[in-house]
Amino acid sequence: MSSLKVGYYPGCSLVGSSRDFAESLHAVAEALSIELCEIPEWNCCGASSGHMIDHLVSIALPINVLLKARKAGMEQVMAPCASCYNRLATASHEVATSAKTRQQVEEVLQTKIDKLPKVMNVIELLAQVADSIGPKVTKKFEQTVACYYGCLLVRPAKVTGFDKTEDPVEMDKLVAAVGGKPIDWNFKTECCGASFSISRTCVVGRLGAKIMKDAIDRKAEAIVVACPMCHSNLDLRRGEVNRHMEKATDVPVLFITQVIGLALGIPEKKLGLARHFVPVKFPAKPVATQVVQ
Amino acid sequence: MARVGVFICHCGENIAGTVDVNAVAKAALDMPGVVHAIEYKYMCSDPGQTMLKDAIAEKKLDGVVVAACSPRMHEPTFRRTAEEGGLNPYQCEMANLREHCSWVHEKAPPTTDKAIDLVRLQVEKVKRNHPLKPIRVPITKKALVLGGGIAGIQAALDIANTGSPVLLVEKSPSIGGHMSQLSETFPTLDCSQCILTPRMVEAARHANITLYTYSELEKLEGFIGNFKATIRKKARKIDEKLCNGCGVCQQKCPVKKIPDEFNEGLSNRAAIYVPFPQAVPNKPVIDLANCTYYKTGKCKACEKLCPTKAIRFDQEDQIEVHDIGAVVLATGYKTMPVSNFSEYGYGKYKDVIDGMKFERLASASGPTGGAIRRPSDGNAPQHVVFIACAGSRDRLKGVPYCSKICCMYTAKHAMLYQHKVHGGTATVFYMDVRAAGKNYDEFVRRAVEDDGVKYVRGRVSRVYEDNGQLVVKGVDTLLGGEQVEIRADMVVLATAVQAQDGAEELAQTLHVSYDPYKFFAEAHPKLRPVETNTAGIFLAGACQAPRDIPETVAQASGAAVKVAGLFSQPELTREPIIAVVDRQPPPVFSHCVGCFLCKSACPYQAIEEESIKNRQGDVLKVVAKVNPGLCQGCGTCVSTCRTKAIDLQGFSNEQVFAELMCI
Amino acid sequence: MAEQFEPKMTAFVCNWCTYAGADLTGTSRIKYQANVRVIRLPCTGRIDFMMVLKAFSRGSDGVIISGCHPNDCHYTSGNYHARRRWMVFRDLLDFVGIDLERVTFSWVSAAEGAKWAELVNEATNKVRALGPYKEIQQLAAVGID
Repeated sequence: MSSLKVGYYPGCSLVGSSRDFAESLHAVAEALSIELCEIPEWNCCGASSGHMIDHLVSIALPINVLLKARKAGMEQVMAPCASCYNRLATASHEVATSAKTRQQVEEVLQTKIDKLPKVMNVIELLAQVADSIGPKVTKKFEQTVACYYGCLLVRPAKVTGFDKTEDPVEMDKLVAAVGGKPIDWNFKTECCGASFSISRTCVVGRLGAKIMKDAIDRKAEAIVVACPMCHSNLDLRRGEVNRHMEKATDVPVLFITQVIGLALGIPEKKLGLARHFVPVKFPAKPVATQVVQ
Repeated sequence: MARVGVFICHCGENIAGTVDVNAVAKAALDMPGVVHAIEYKYMCSDPGQTMLKDAIAEKKLDGVVVAACSPRMHEPTFRRTAEEGGLNPYQCEMANLREHCSWVHEKAPPTTDKAIDLVRLQVEKVKRNHPLKPIRVPITKKALVLGGGIAGIQAALDIANTGSPVLLVEKSPSIGGHMSQLSETFPTLDCSQCILTPRMVEAARHANITLYTYSELEKLEGFIGNFKATIRKKARKIDEKLCNGCGVCQQKCPVKKIPDEFNEGLSNRAAIYVPFPQAVPNKPVIDLANCTYYKTGKCKACEKLCPTKAIRFDQEDQIEVHDIGAVVLATGYKTMPVSNFSEYGYGKYKDVIDGMKFERLASASGPTGGAIRRPSDGNAPQHVVFIACAGSRDRLKGVPYCSKICCMYTAKHAMLYQHKVHGGTATVFYMDVRAAGKNYDEFVRRAVEDDGVKYVRGRVSRVYEDNGQLVVKGVDTLLGGEQVEIRADMVVLATAVQAQDGAEELAQTLHVSYDPYKFFAEAHPKLRPVETNTAGIFLAGACQAPRDIPETVAQASGAAVKVAGLFSQPELTREPIIAVVDRQPPPVFSHCVGCFLCKSACPYQAIEEESIKNRQGDVLKVVAKVNPGLCQGCGTCVSTCRTKAIDLQGFSNEQVFAELMCI
Repeated sequence: MAEQFEPKMTAFVCNWCTYAGADLTGTSRIKYQANVRVIRLPCTGRIDFMMVLKAFSRGSDGVIISGCHPNDCHYTSGNYHARRRWMVFRDLLDFVGIDLERVTFSWVSAAEGAKWAELVNEATNKVRALGPYKEIQQLAAVGID
């Protein structure tokens, strides 16, 4: 079976705080015959600091990454971290639409920019191979799930060009493909507080509480995310979130790759579930009583 | 042999001060074909004009060049003088020695040289001028008004009052349009139907107006003054002459659950129905898609119970063809559907409604008798949020333009709500308040000061349902961007005004231009707002751009006057500077080869196909023909023609090349 | 002593915009060089580029073509046709060997009196620097007309 080869940009989170995301991603990629080729000598994408401090730097850094990917022969690059993804996509878009920016970046990097690889996020990649997932499912992930997209995966529409901005559905489709029941809820793209996690944790607590409340009110048994920041604010910061909730909650937060991994029968250890702050467990399903003949 | 007269004007000091006019006159006499050349202080004055006329007679001139100011100034003057002198006016040309010469150059020999050259150019041109006659086109003095809303009604009444017959064609079963759906109108809070129904009745009863309701225009052929309109009268399945409007059929029809369009889906109607009690004409129509008889062949309750036996199940659509002289487009607008707004619930929340639905709630003749009630549970909402600019001024997800009427009707809705639900709170989220008409700003101030409506400057990012209430998440920009969250019982969206469904198809049927938003295009945005680029077709009302009732009525009257002006002349006279496709004796017939590149180049659809036939009726050749009634004389077709079979009278190839030969 | 070469300029203008603009130049008494002769046409769409070639063959050293701004054509679309033809004609001129610097294509509206003067001066200066257009006359001298 021919494997799908994609350029892989882990960024700092996947090799640091989101090791569980990386582990589950690699496990699932292997199971689905996707070859993740790490971009040689990749550099920082600039993240939030980049675009807050200097515009040119914030564009040049991601372009440098993409140029390295191009040099290594990659046509597509997947960045699982939503922020890295957004920076790479934004930089690519700016250079394509503004001749002036392109010129400035070429000057800074001392090289011509021709065709750049296509930038994808993890959901886009999985959507590409969605058909191959169904047949490989060994244990259906039969939970009611609230898919939380956060802010960076589908916005701004001109840059990401993917899914519906106000009411995205691609992750819901993936969850449904492995047997899950995605709910229709109101906080799919509402802010979680992002990097206020560090400077004003109470803000994350307040906003996270609203997100959790809506999901729980609609009977969600798990929150599924595709972004290390979303995960961190709803999982690592659960203590703070619970402080802002009427009733503390222990609904777990999983990465989409972990959900798919579980459905494909990959052992929990390989998916990094133990690294979560909120233990990953689901309410017991009522067992049908056997009718004794 | 040409006999051209050259008349050089000093224009006081204006020309003579810089140009040596005597030298020009002398040089002119030397030009081939010139038999008379003089200079005079003021050619446009009475003595000057007399000189011109006398010279034409005495010297038997067949061409005249007046070397003076710009033709854009006095060409009509001198052409008239020439005509009075017995010469065809189109054999008079002007050389611009003032604006293009004496006023822009120094007093020096090159300036006089240039003046001589300019005269020479015009002499060569005029030698090739042909006498041209103004074109006369007959006019059918009957108007067609498309659309029976307030714009169409007003235009029809105005035209009918000048004595000309009018056909008023309306797509739906009754005239009245959106104005008949409104409860009250700003800024007076007049009851909308009270001021509209008298006009509706007047239009129906007017001797000169023929109402064609439940009818559509299928085709429009011809040109200004001479249109042929094909109208389809859709079958109501009722014999209108027998029906007395008793309403028994509606009461007894077993199919009663069809969402009522007039009440914006807030109530239901039967399969046989009259759109609203004050409908004109007050005759029902059968909705074929929902009628049991048409679906299964059973029922026929209406037929059995009709006291005058007026039901006609086998009635067919009728096609009528009418001769028309002018058309007024008054097809109105629609509002952007709530389902467009994903952040406001896609239309799945029953209590998130649009302005038109609110009008039906507030209307005394509406489904709740004028009481404001939540569509979900029928309770009176205690907290209502109004969101302005839903879809308007939004380049990303909506339309970039301002819909003009929403600020005013939102204030009106908020006021009506406060009057009807005492103790309720109304909050309006706005971007700007546009209240530019007469008494408009005062109206909005009343809403704020007298009725206590709360205005919050900010946008709403999301509306969602929580426990039967609607959570509205917005921001107050005047308080530094503070987030505002309101738990409301009802949300009213002031959705964008858009062009009517089917506007594009109608524009294409009529060959009228339209803009990217499918609003019909006016001929000039500033100076010709009621005309289109298609001669004989005029515009009135919101089909051209979002607008309120006073402006619509004013524009409708404006369009009516244009029509009346057109009809006031016995014939249509047009300048003969038009293109002509040549005709030759057989066997050539014409140098035109029938490629019709000219036809696609013409902005006015003035070029038609003509089949040249022999005596037996066989078609020998299909060539182009210019419609003298439509051609505006731009000449684009001339330069497109490969065989040079088409030429522009007044600026013919011969003339232009003759001018060039003088260089 | 050789006289300074004065180029002969021919201008094809549309009646509604550029001609009116030139009138405004006159009314405003803005002075410009006297080398240009204006051929008035109803619309730039009327311009057959054979006319331009004729102007050159009759001794013009430079040609100016000017009409209404795009979107403002009095006849709606004539200037678009002119513009499209100009795109193709430019290549033809080049091919034939006429220096494109001798032809100026511009838009002058009825309100741009100053622009017309500027345009004429610029074009005249450019052509003056290029020198007289002799190629066609050279052809005529050897019998090719």
